[in-house]
Amino acid sequence: MNEINLKKIDLPTILGVVFLIFLGLLNIYSTVHADNLVAPFSLENPFGKQIIFVLISVLLFFFIQSLPFKFFERFASIAYVISMLSLLGLFIFGKNINGATAWYQIFGFGFQPSELAKPITALALAKFLSDLNANIRTVETQFYSFLIIFIPILLIILQPDPGSTLIFLSFFLVFYKIGLPSIYMNFFIGFIILFFVTILFSKESIILFVLIISFLTVFYFLKNKKSIKKIIIYSFVFSIFIFSVDFIFNNIFEQHHRDRFNIVMGIQQDNRGIGYNTNQSKIAFESGGLFGEGFLNGTQTRGNFVPFQHTDYIFSAVGEEWGFLGATLVICLFAFLMLRISKRAEMQRNLFSKIFSYSTATIIFSHFFINIGMVLGLVPTIGIPLPFFSYGGSNLIGFVLLVSIYIRLDSQRTSKW
Amino acid sequence: MKDKLLPILIIFSALIFIFRLFWLQVINVDETQFSKKNSIERVYQYPERGYIFDRNNNLLVGNESFYDLMITPKYLKQIDTVEFCNILKIKKSELIDKIKKAKKFSQLKPSVFLSQISKKDFAVIQEKLWKYSGFSITRKSNRKYVINSASNLLGYISEVNDYEVKDNSYYESGELIGRQGLEKSYENKLRGLKGVKYYQKDKFNRVIDSYKNGTLDSIYVQAKDINLGIDINLQTYGDSLMINKFGSIIAIEPSSGEILSLVNAPSFDPNLLIGRSRSKNYLKLKNDSIGKPLFDRGLQGQYPPGSTFKLVNGLIALQEKVINEKTIISCNEGHFYSRKRFMRCHCEIGTKNNLNKAVYNSCNTYFANIYKQTIEKYPDSKIGINNWKKHVESFGFGTYLGYDHPIGQPGLIPGSNYYDQWYPNGGWKAATTISNGIGQGEILTTPIQLANLTAIIANRGWYKTPHFVKNISNDSIDSKFNEKKYTSIDSIHFEKIIKGMFDVVEKGTAQNAKIKGIQVAGKTGTAENFIKINNKRLQLTDHSIFIGFAPKENPKIAIAVFIENGYWGTRWAAPIASLMIEKYLSKEIKRKYLENYIINGNLMEEYKKPYLNTNFKINE
Repeated sequence: MNEINLKKIDLPTILGVVFLIFLGLLNIYSTVHADNLVAPFSLENPFGKQIIFVLISVLLFFFIQSLPFKFFERFASIAYVISMLSLLGLFIFGKNINGATAWYQIFGFGFQPSELAKPITALALAKFLSDLNANIRTVETQFYSFLIIFIPILLIILQPDPGSTLIFLSFFLVFYKIGLPSIYMNFFIGFIILFFVTILFSKESIILFVLIISFLTVFYFLKNKKSIKKIIIYSFVFSIFIFSVDFIFNNIFEQHHRDRFNIVMGIQQDNRGIGYNTNQSKIAFESGGLFGEGFLNGTQTRGNFVPFQHTDYIFSAVGEEWGFLGATLVICLFAFLMLRISKRAEMQRNLFSKIFSYSTATIIFSHFFINIGMVLGLVPTIGIPLPFFSYGGSNLIGFVLLVSIYIRLDSQRTSKW
Repeated sequence: MKDKLLPILIIFSALIFIFRLFWLQVINVDETQFSKKNSIERVYQYPERGYIFDRNNNLLVGNESFYDLMITPKYLKQIDTVEFCNILKIKKSELIDKIKKAKKFSQLKPSVFLSQISKKDFAVIQEKLWKYSGFSITRKSNRKYVINSASNLLGYISEVNDYEVKDNSYYESGELIGRQGLEKSYENKLRGLKGVKYYQKDKFNRVIDSYKNGTLDSIYVQAKDINLGIDINLQTYGDSLMINKFGSIIAIEPSSGEILSLVNAPSFDPNLLIGRSRSKNYLKLKNDSIGKPLFDRGLQGQYPPGSTFKLVNGLIALQEKVINEKTIISCNEGHFYSRKRFMRCHCEIGTKNNLNKAVYNSCNTYFANIYKQTIEKYPDSKIGINNWKKHVESFGFGTYLGYDHPIGQPGLIPGSNYYDQWYPNGGWKAATTISNGIGQGEILTTPIQLANLTAIIANRGWYKTPHFVKNISNDSIDSKFNEKKYTSIDSIHFEKIIKGMFDVVEKGTAQNAKIKGIQVAGKTGTAENFIKINNKRLQLTDHSIFIGFAPKENPKIAIAVFIENGYWGTRWAAPIASLMIEKYLSKEIKRKYLENYIINGNLMEEYKKPYLNTNFKINE
């Protein structure tokens, strides 16, 4: 029962991940080779380090596959506690890099516990929600589920690392999927839309707009008194939200946060200062054209014009050297991977496996969406790596752990228990 | 919905990303993309701008090095600002401003701090420059005008403006372009083609290596030198004759159409329009509203041609067979051209003129009469005048002529449409337009058109499009300049007119144009003219005009001289033309008295008259 069933193993996902990691290595090599006089396989070179991380990941993958199926469910809680302690420990032992205390320094390698916290939180949620007593429709379960994600959110936001925080928020998609009342989702989506619209236009006009819409809807649903009540609540909450967005944006946000939003929204343009990264990234894409400039030949990549290109902006190297075709291929590969995982999650009968698999797809998706959106200048600058692609040991190992556990759980899919 | 949310989000965002990529990488790609790329440095190599010589290989325009002081803000250190400002001859506030501007441009990239420093200033700066880190010198080249003449003709070069950079993919900001004159019309020949080398840079602006192994690089193409048809000795001699007079002299070699000289007065030193004080000088020239030195009178001035135009009417009448050379028309101090209207003439009462005599005496009656007959030969004045117009235009009048200089004016040759506008109910007839017969009225011509007319007569009926450039090194001039263009007048009729023109100088109105040993044929003209000041139409002293060519057989030079407000043709224009012809054909002036008289002649009082705000007399 605990044997890995090779026939049932999700080989396409493995191949997809391997391919993405391989492409990631190529592009990391490309971004660092021009200004690194150190041999590529040396540990001084990010490329050399990444090779080591890949090797570790391979070992991790096989280790995970060798574990018994029930192991994950059993150890989810303890892993969660350890993970949260490791986040807490950062405030004592952590190292501050780029303004965030997100790293432990061990043997010359930086280790970022928040990357591992993502799969582990997914495990913890899966365990909690698959319990027979848990019902996401009840306030009690909602409270504990929210608590499970808000603990890491709180610890991470204090580092501060707003990007990773957003990833944890994406668990709401999972809640929604397993039955969280849609009112949460409606508020969630409504808030996001209103947030941007409020920044673009004046709060008064938006409130007026919301009220007019509500009034019309009330008029339309005149017979259904229940909906009227709902609509009044919605419009009231949204109006308050609009006021608070205005307040948050102008009083709580710092100038550089505002700038990032303003640049994406097109309110402000500043290609030398805060918008520099995004602009350089766009130039790299434009420079790539349809077919790209070729491996190691991207002029913007060679000249190191795009900041953080081997980490968060790795996709701009794909865009420049492999062109529209290469970049589209990578996007399709991700889409395939995520769709496949979410579809296999759908077919899971084991609730624990189902929730975890669905979380896997959701975590990958939120990274994919924020990272590529940012690199393409569609989303404000938020430091989030591209799964399997970006340079960095912690995030690669975190994602391999996530996918490995998914593969392990998925291989047991149709067996009865 | 709940089950489909994640797949929908995945597909939706993937599609948005692909569309965004398509927009960035495929649709939005324009040609300026390449210049936006900060990773590629283009280094241009410019060929030296082509030289301009006159027809005898005298250098007119060469090049001179000048220096730009460059600043790289990153390497600036504490400096002794007082000394620095002193050697650069700038104020301290200016220094601070310029440094600020350079910093705004780039910390690392050098930008121009002070441009076009002369060799003299450069010597001083260079000696002290070692003290000032962050400053460096680059050498550039600019035009050097060897002669102080022909400014409007040669034109000038200046930095391209933003519009040109946008409009023309060749130029980049900071580069020089032929802005006016022959520098403009022969820009492509004179500039050559710049070469370019591409380098790959990194974000610190350091060159890493050549871009794509230099496969896109190109080597510059040498610029071409050009020879003008201008004879610089004749040109500068013309300048000296035109001192203190406004007007223009244009001489053409009839057989080739090459322009031997284009003298404009008042003139200015072409060197005023290069270097650091160019814009200041340009404004000064532009604001001279009386002399208008930037106004090319020879090419742009549209004046009534006066009596010189009688030759054209004579030729047309011969061609239309309304007269022959024996036709006699009598003149009684003028004549009634319609029932109550009288046109005056200086012929005595009872004078009987044939064509020859009418030409050398410049009889108004004769030419008004034959003009009227030419029109009235046709049943309808409209057809008549349009037929006349067609003949006139075959001489190049009413057109830009097509010479190789960017400025010009077409003048005006009125046809039936023109008069229909003035007399919408049709009330005009030949007599209404009678002034055309004697080159007054509505006709306007430019001096170069008159010079071309002279060349046509000298050639007995054809011309080559007048042009300034005689040849281009390793290249040929536009083939249209080698084509003979025939007028609508048969060749045989020209001899009859030329005989009259010869007599103009021998015994007619311009005997002071006679040159010993050279047969000169010519025609004087005196053009009434008016200006509007404060909406008041004022008549000014007549323009003095002369056209002529020599020698009579096998002509070498055809010339038109136009002296604004010089009164009658013989007074200034004829002797000036005659001196020019003598200078060109015998290289040496024997009539020193005439030369001195002309050089010392001063019409400046005449030009000031309309601006004095008092009543003044004309034609004194």
